Amino acid sequence: MENTKCVCGHNNPVGTILCEYCGKPLEEDQEANRPLEMRYEGKARRSQTYQTTWFDRVWNFFSSVKVAIVLILITLIASAIGTILPQERYIPSPDPAQFYVEHYGVWGEWFYKLGLSNMYDSWWYVTLLAMIGISLVVCSLDRVIPLYKALKNQQVTKDLSFISRQKVSHTLKVTEEERDALLDRLATQLQNRRFHVRREGHALLAEKGRISRWGPYINHIGLILFLFGALLRLVPGWYLDQFVWVREGEIAKVPELPYYVKNNKAEVEFYDPKELPGKKENAQPTVKQYKSDITLMRQDPRTGRLEPVSRKVIMVNHPMEYKGLMLFQSGFQPNQPLSLQMTVTDKKTKKSVGTFTVNLYHPKESYPLQNGGTVRILNYFPDFTMEGDRPATKSEFPNRPAFVFEVITPELKKGEKSWMIAQTNLDDINRNNRYDISMTGLQVVDQSGLMVRVDKSLPVIFFGAAVCMIGLVMGFYWQHRRVWLRWHEGRLYLGAHTNKNWFGLKREVEQIAERAGLKMSLTQYGQE
Amino acid sequence: MDWEKVMENLLLCTFFLYVLASVVFVIAIVGKKWSTGEEVHVRRWSRLGIILTFVGVLFQVMFIITRIIIGGHFPTSNMFEFASFLSFTIVLAFIVIFYIYRTVVLGAFAMPIAVIMLAYASVFPRDVEPLIPALQSYWLYIHVTTTALGEGAFVVGFVAGLIYLIRAVGHERGTTGAAVLEGTLLVLVMLIGFILTSFAFSVAGYHAEIQHTFEGQQLVQAYDMPPIVGPDGGEVLRMQPFLGMTHPLFEAPSWMQGQEAARKFNSVIWSVLSGSVLYGLIRLAARKRISELLHPMVKNVSLEMADEISYRAIAIGFPIFTLGGLIFAMIWAQEAWGRFWGWDPKEVWALITWLFYSAYLHLRLSRGWHGLKSSWMAVIGFVIIMLNLIVINLVIAGLHSYA
Repeated sequence: MENTKCVCGHNNPVGTILCEYCGKPLEEDQEANRPLEMRYEGKARRSQTYQTTWFDRVWNFFSSVKVAIVLILITLIASAIGTILPQERYIPSPDPAQFYVEHYGVWGEWFYKLGLSNMYDSWWYVTLLAMIGISLVVCSLDRVIPLYKALKNQQVTKDLSFISRQKVSHTLKVTEEERDALLDRLATQLQNRRFHVRREGHALLAEKGRISRWGPYINHIGLILFLFGALLRLVPGWYLDQFVWVREGEIAKVPELPYYVKNNKAEVEFYDPKELPGKKENAQPTVKQYKSDITLMRQDPRTGRLEPVSRKVIMVNHPMEYKGLMLFQSGFQPNQPLSLQMTVTDKKTKKSVGTFTVNLYHPKESYPLQNGGTVRILNYFPDFTMEGDRPATKSEFPNRPAFVFEVITPELKKGEKSWMIAQTNLDDINRNNRYDISMTGLQVVDQSGLMVRVDKSLPVIFFGAAVCMIGLVMGFYWQHRRVWLRWHEGRLYLGAHTNKNWFGLKREVEQIAERAGLKMSLTQYGQE
Repeated sequence: MDWEKVMENLLLCTFFLYVLASVVFVIAIVGKKWSTGEEVHVRRWSRLGIILTFVGVLFQVMFIITRIIIGGHFPTSNMFEFASFLSFTIVLAFIVIFYIYRTVVLGAFAMPIAVIMLAYASVFPRDVEPLIPALQSYWLYIHVTTTALGEGAFVVGFVAGLIYLIRAVGHERGTTGAAVLEGTLLVLVMLIGFILTSFAFSVAGYHAEIQHTFEGQQLVQAYDMPPIVGPDGGEVLRMQPFLGMTHPLFEAPSWMQGQEAARKFNSVIWSVLSGSVLYGLIRLAARKRISELLHPMVKNVSLEMADEISYRAIAIGFPIFTLGGLIFAMIWAQEAWGRFWGWDPKEVWALITWLFYSAYLHLRLSRGWHGLKSSWMAVIGFVIIMLNLIVINLVIAGLHSYA
């Protein structure tokens, strides 16, 4: 490492493999007949030059491709393990601790305990991704700068050992008289093949497709942008992931946002059996599409009234978008109970004294009866359950509505309490009552589940993805090809290098040489 | 006109053309000592091989068009459609690579892989199904076809890697490399075993039904192969006895998810059994390992060439796979589910595939993994793609499990 001064007189930084000026290999102990190591043009990288401060150490750690590959492989294996059992977000139960043990036994228990059931959001998985991100930045900077400098300052006249130790190389006798005409012909042929040709004395450098070398770095920039975009979700207000059920005809508040959404119509469409291809004997109706005709509304701050701002029939794959707010058709529940019709009967006369209809979402305090009496609702439990010996409700959804009514009629001295619980016979409790209240009708309604999303980082994320793609295409569908020619003491030395597709390079050089009147076979390794 | 009949025939023609092309490519390389002289022989037969391949592609294109006419959508929506499309992209990738490198031997290996893939596809129900709402988007075609194109190129990369390995270690005796290579080939034989048993039982009209409870619902699992393994807590409704077997020999472990898990696990068992028998027969007949059997076919291949083809195919496939399997997938997921990434098992496995091939590229470009190491990586990549195709749909339920 000490001797960095090349015989050509150029002073190279520590860590240089090939002289920056003439390309001569600096470490002569390399096996003399093997092709040269051409990675990063043999330039010294920062990670090889500085190794003292803590910053250098961190830099050097992340600049290693080996470290990057290890990080990739760890992420790969961890990701695979996370798919063995479903993640918490996909299980049909609100209680994961119980769910995993019940469904998957000991394995499930450990899967849950080790935090694998919510792995992709865990601190260590996110740390892994962040480390890959840092590695992307450091690796790229560590390499792209020296590579850029090297490719920008290429010398035409290279050291003979540099040329003859290229993976594709050839030497042939060319007399001084033939020399200039031959070099001219070769230059023309190279130019015909879209090479950029530079000449200097009896040497020539032809190059094309250098753009290919920047591909990996542009791809990495894209990936960094992508990861950065994903990170931006943490900015307050940039990301929202909510869900709301809206019944047909109802207006619901959009969670966390100053918007309201009205469901004008919820609809499920089935395939017409006639349009179904193939013959289906057990013609179970197949869902064709779920639709919701929705109106997005905003409250006017002055009048307090809801003003519609957008209306659309949304379907799966066709969401509504309004100023960064997205509403997706994501659930459909048919025939949800909306209201109950109750009939009050006088047990003595066995005659109905009146009917009333209770909206299960917005019950009134009292309902008049046709005979002049009233029914008051003393208590309402939409989703009835017993907590110990106290009645309670599990949720605000009328899954099992229960009521405590009070019937007041001119015939009664004081109000009569009456219990009613859906799907339950309460004759015992209400035995001494004069009036019987029973359910005589049920009105149902369809409801739509709407996913509410805000994701302001999407443009950054997809821009990153696009940049990444451009980089990949540049890197993989273009090839950087260079040909060095140098005449020296009766011999013409030819060396060629590419970053991929050596077969194509050899064939191209052979064709160029042939057109310039030279016969050479570069396929010395003997393909079929 | 009975379009369904036409479609079935087109598929059958495609299949036989691919088989024929495979045979012709094999003849092109093994029959070099025939009277016509080596060069003429190879040129003549390889030209015939590529013509047959093109005709096969033409038939498969017509098959796809017919299916679009019948179903009204591009056929990439269920397992049969995807696997048969994958066989199509393998052939396309092979054609591209063939025209870059003109290696005949590639055809002798890539075309049989395409044949296996097409036969594997045909094991699944071939009915044209209407699209569920989530799949009704033009992104279905864009995302799935692009992904399949990328994977087709990866598979050709694997084929070249396999050629490299057979050439490099196939004839060795007692080395780890030779043993692992033989194991890889054994897995391929098991896939063939699965296909053959499926067809055998389907021709014999085998049928069994087992009832079981799944997430509180009574379900009936229909078996087309004798149930060696039945569902957890299942009850036999109908079962044709097979070799005196009237009940499943055992029940599937409960951690296997999905209502069809036991039936699919049963298929795996049949593949392993029939594949092992098939492998045993090959060994008995040939008196050598499969890799030794194949070695003469590749002994003239330049290792450097095989290595470059493998890398090139993967390098061509990588951007396409990134575009289809990740970027288009994210755009569609954003449109259908409101999130571009949801850690669904299939999504995760697409990411794993991508991470793996990026590790492959970094190892190759920065750490000089060429030749043998690189070829093994290409084989592992193929295994990951197959895992994603077969196992993820088999064992793990998710948004994509459409088989």
